[in-house]
Amino acid sequence: MFNHLLSLLIWLPIVGAIPVLLAGSGRPNSARWIALLVAIATFVLSICLLPQFNAADGAKQLAESHVWIASLGVHYGLAVDGISVALILLTTFVGILVIVGAWEVIQTNPHQYMAAMLVLEGLMIGVFCATDALLFYVFFEAMLIPMFILIGVWGGPRRVYATMKFFIYTFFGSIFMLVGLIYLYLKAGSFDLATLAALPLSMKEQSWLFFAFLIAFAVKVPMVPVHTWLPDAHVEAPTGGSVVLAAVMLKIGGYGFLRFSLPIVPDASEAYAWLVIGLSLLAVVYIGYIALVQEDMKKLVAYSSVAHMGFVTLGIFIAFMLVRGANNLDAAKLGMQGAMVQMISHGFVSGAMFSCIGVLYDRMHTRQIKDYGGVINVMPWFGFFYVLFAMANSGLPGTSGFVGEFQVVLASFQANPWIAFFAAFTLIIGAAYTLYMVKRVLWGDITNPHVAEMKDINGREVFVLSAFAAAVLVLGIWPQPLIHLMDASVTQLVTQLGNHKI
Amino acid sequence: MPNLNDILILLPELYLVVAACLLLLLDAFMKAEQRPLLHWLSIAVLLVGVYLVVEGQPSQAVTAFNGMFVRDGVAEILKVFALVSTALVFVYAKPYLIDRKLFLGEFYTLTIFAVIGIMVLVSAGNLITVYLGLELLTLSSYALVALNRDSRLSSEAAIKYFVLGALASGMLLYGMSMVYGATGTLSLAQLHGAALQTTMPHLLVFGLIFMIVGIGFKLGAAPFHMWIPDVYQGSPTAVTIFIGSAPKLAAFGMAYRLLDSGLGELSQHWQLMLACLAVLSLAIGNLVAIVQTNLKRLLAYSTISHMGYLLLGLVNAGPEGYAAALFYAISYALMGTAAFGIILALARAGFECEEIDDLKGLNQRSPWAAFLMMLVMFSLAGVPPLFGFFAKLLVLQAAVHAGFMWLAIVGAVFAIIGLYYYLRVVKVMYFDKPVEGTEIRLQSDVSVRLVLSLNVLALLVLGLSWGPLFGWCQRVFVG
Repeated sequence: MFNHLLSLLIWLPIVGAIPVLLAGSGRPNSARWIALLVAIATFVLSICLLPQFNAADGAKQLAESHVWIASLGVHYGLAVDGISVALILLTTFVGILVIVGAWEVIQTNPHQYMAAMLVLEGLMIGVFCATDALLFYVFFEAMLIPMFILIGVWGGPRRVYATMKFFIYTFFGSIFMLVGLIYLYLKAGSFDLATLAALPLSMKEQSWLFFAFLIAFAVKVPMVPVHTWLPDAHVEAPTGGSVVLAAVMLKIGGYGFLRFSLPIVPDASEAYAWLVIGLSLLAVVYIGYIALVQEDMKKLVAYSSVAHMGFVTLGIFIAFMLVRGANNLDAAKLGMQGAMVQMISHGFVSGAMFSCIGVLYDRMHTRQIKDYGGVINVMPWFGFFYVLFAMANSGLPGTSGFVGEFQVVLASFQANPWIAFFAAFTLIIGAAYTLYMVKRVLWGDITNPHVAEMKDINGREVFVLSAFAAAVLVLGIWPQPLIHLMDASVTQLVTQLGNHKI
Repeated sequence: MPNLNDILILLPELYLVVAACLLLLLDAFMKAEQRPLLHWLSIAVLLVGVYLVVEGQPSQAVTAFNGMFVRDGVAEILKVFALVSTALVFVYAKPYLIDRKLFLGEFYTLTIFAVIGIMVLVSAGNLITVYLGLELLTLSSYALVALNRDSRLSSEAAIKYFVLGALASGMLLYGMSMVYGATGTLSLAQLHGAALQTTMPHLLVFGLIFMIVGIGFKLGAAPFHMWIPDVYQGSPTAVTIFIGSAPKLAAFGMAYRLLDSGLGELSQHWQLMLACLAVLSLAIGNLVAIVQTNLKRLLAYSTISHMGYLLLGLVNAGPEGYAAALFYAISYALMGTAAFGIILALARAGFECEEIDDLKGLNQRSPWAAFLMMLVMFSLAGVPPLFGFFAKLLVLQAAVHAGFMWLAIVGAVFAIIGLYYYLRVVKVMYFDKPVEGTEIRLQSDVSVRLVLSLNVLALLVLGLSWGPLFGWCQRVFVG
């Protein structure tokens, strides 16, 4: 059984969605319970990865490979390294929380909602496991279908616009990657990522491919200037949709850079690292300012996601400057590690922030900051969690938000102090927009009579928020296990950066 | 005199001719209430035809009647899928025809004759056979389009189809006569060798151009696509579904026979012509589809764009490209029958279900129908893991491999534009509220529900495991 652990992880939630659907709208509660059981079972399975996985080895492990399309040499190839394991754990963890979070909130067709969530979860795990580019692409694209439905059916008033924009934007990005992959396949005769990584490519080829990959993953991350779908999608998505989108789906963009851009087109990645670093800094600083003026809580957190994901791309590409420019492997590793920790941490923090906003929205049905004020007076427990996550979002030491950002800033200082200077801006702007929101929502006097009628969080919400809170704190105070898990893989990636293809 | 061997090679076609005539006779002596029997018999006739095609398939390509008729792997696979998709058409069409008092024997016999035309066409070894098969197919189709004699829209569509079709046939014949003039032969096999030795290369290329016009018309590739939207919309949906499926396989077969078996040596000339047709089809099909409000018209323009993708495969002009194009044609036939099948299954007496808005809130009324339609739409749009994605992948790959990188990028760009209108259909079904006072649900006919579900789920299953089918497509073009 354990030889097929990865397959099981991918297909359990997808197949599990069928009984959830069959439970039908007539018995919403049984649909909910089945969905929860499937999500828990998936989480438990993903925990089983840990004893099986040897963290000291940076290579891909638990490999599975079956011929998928014999005549094209396409394989159904799965394997994980430390980074994938961390992201899979994040996915399955969030998977449970979104099901619990949607329990009573989703009243129309809950079985369809839960089923879409489970399918989405399975596909996201598939993305993190795939070692074959075509298989990766299939998971990468198939993910859009359940998300499209989630936003479109259970979303807010402008959901149709938002979900169309989301789908078309992402599809736009990835189709060029597909053409690039076809080109690579014709050259290498295989879609296997390891083969593609070893394929010699001229600088011209690499440049074209680099931009094909960049557009696909930049849309997904998202980077400035192709980030505009994200605020719309976040604002209109149901709470669970926002949580999954921010916590896991955005990470797939960063993950794609690691699996495609870095190993396959290293020289072009080096040559255009300035571009990605520039866009990342733009995201950190400029988008930070934009977040400051938002009136809508979800939009604010969405923009803050763009800014935080800027750190991920910054950390990944700063490593190029450090390895290729100064041959400073240690600093490069620090940057890369920071990027990875930031991915996981942002998964928890943004998921938590969106859950909090969901809690408020369920009570007031508005996300406008001006409609709130003085919430702490009626919802003290909620306020506790909200402030904690706000602190993590602004990168306070002791929370997970601090670790990754600090590592990236440290690494970029060694590449160029100016880059570090602009990156460190986030500590100020991030704190500014987050705390300003907290001030307007939680503190002060109650001005809106509806606020006075709000009830504090119930047991279900306490469970979701404390799970997130535990993750945020553990990762902030004791990041060592996570860093250890990814360490060997990050080292290997950084060593690979030094390989020239021309 | 034809010998027995020739007859055996032609057995599936001969069998179908006899069976169609018998069905016609049976219909004449049958009471109206017994007609369901005719329905099931027709389906059985087609399935037995599949059996004869597969069972009698020789291991090597063989010819009959002095090379007029070829029976090879390409012909086999095209015939199998033409027969199967027509059987699907019969299953889906029955309730629709009954509701509209069109449940007549003519529908079945005409369709079977059209299928015989397809089978002759894809087996052609001679320009004359190509023409014979084509005319049998198109003449039967004209009559089918006009099946609903009382409908003005239907008659208009039939006239339009007939006039344009006759024009295209004329062009094709004219082209054939020029090719004959330049090479002195009508046999495709001899043409292949004679094409380069001709003393009149210009005449030959002119002939080629006219023949491409004929092919473009049959495929429905822009700028020869004008008939498609009107015929799709005007015909009874039960006929549209036929015209949108099996004849596309025939058009691929015809293009393959004429361009590769016949004029393969001129590929450097026709590659670029087909590339132009492909770009125009992609552009016109996808852009005009965006503004459609009628579902049948939308699918008509979507067909045009799909033929553009099919041409991307043909542009490759090698076994790999033909395999990709054949795979695309099969995928389109399955998707087309599924899409129109759902429309047929949702229609009922007095309600055509042909406006996009008719699908409003379908998910709340009939979640299963909405789910099936969603799968079909995503497959048509080319979103993995559905069948349509892999078909697109293969034709794009064929184009890139032939050095038409720009064409593949154009194909990719139009895939994004096309995505929008498919998403709009999903949006209407899932995100909109149903209109009060309307009712929309699947036909209660069990066979329709079952076959339709299987047809759509096949798109998912073939998407997850398309290797064997593609392997088959590849094998027939090797050697």
